[in-house]
Amino acid sequence: MKRIINEMKLRLPAISVNEAVARSVISAFMAELNPTVEELGDVRCAVSEAVTNSIVHAYKDLPEGEVGYVYISARLYDVGEVSVEISDNGCGIEDVALARTPAYTTGKLGERCGMGFLVMESFMDSLSVKSRPGKGTAVLMRKKLNP
Amino acid sequence: MREDVTFSSNRGALTASLKCEIDHHTARRMREKIDGELFLCKPNVLILDFSAVRFMDSSGIGLILGRTERAVAVGATVRLTGLSDTLYKLIRLSGLERVKNLSVTR
Repeated sequence: MKRIINEMKLRLPAISVNEAVARSVISAFMAELNPTVEELGDVRCAVSEAVTNSIVHAYKDLPEGEVGYVYISARLYDVGEVSVEISDNGCGIEDVALARTPAYTTGKLGERCGMGFLVMESFMDSLSVKSRPGKGTAVLMRKKLNP
Repeated sequence: MREDVTFSSNRGALTASLKCEIDHHTARRMREKIDGELFLCKPNVLILDFSAVRFMDSSGIGLILGRTERAVAVGATVRLTGLSDTLYKLIRLSGLERVKNLSVTR
């Protein structure tokens, strides 16, 4: 049975400057597990993708002047594993399977490339996406370090 | 504040040296600067130098694809240089190496 050795929760306004904040916090949080440069890069990138999705897509229909929040909760386990859940109370995803298709994007072409979920899947060991239209989306990712 | 992209040009080659973490937040400003310079210079080749980039997520892939499209429109090709192992891993995953008019060197 794996044991939790540390945990954290973070709530950030869904504004783009917080993409960098989220990855810096997760880097510091993971330091305890002594990750390699590659492992740290993988997790930073996956977190950046998930937070960006919430910022770009989840709250796109909010009225002017209102701001949504992105919630990050992370855990470290004694077996050298990190789990990160990133969630929002935004518009949700109608068709999660379609959204996870590589190169699928509802964003502007020439800016977004539809790779977010592919990066999370490839750079982490596991990814689960739960979404309810009108309620929000939560992605849960896990990665075992120094396997 | 340090410039996030600087330019130099030499015999038809325009080099854009990128100098910050590339995400959705920073990509917007970089995109505008590179497009502006591309339009003014009309080079034969646009070199995007990543040697000072410590982080990039898929917003960077969107940035590269979009700039390649713009470059081709003014008659230029695009070359990526200075890619770290971390950045190259993302480039490989994205399939950018198969994009026309775009060459990737480490």
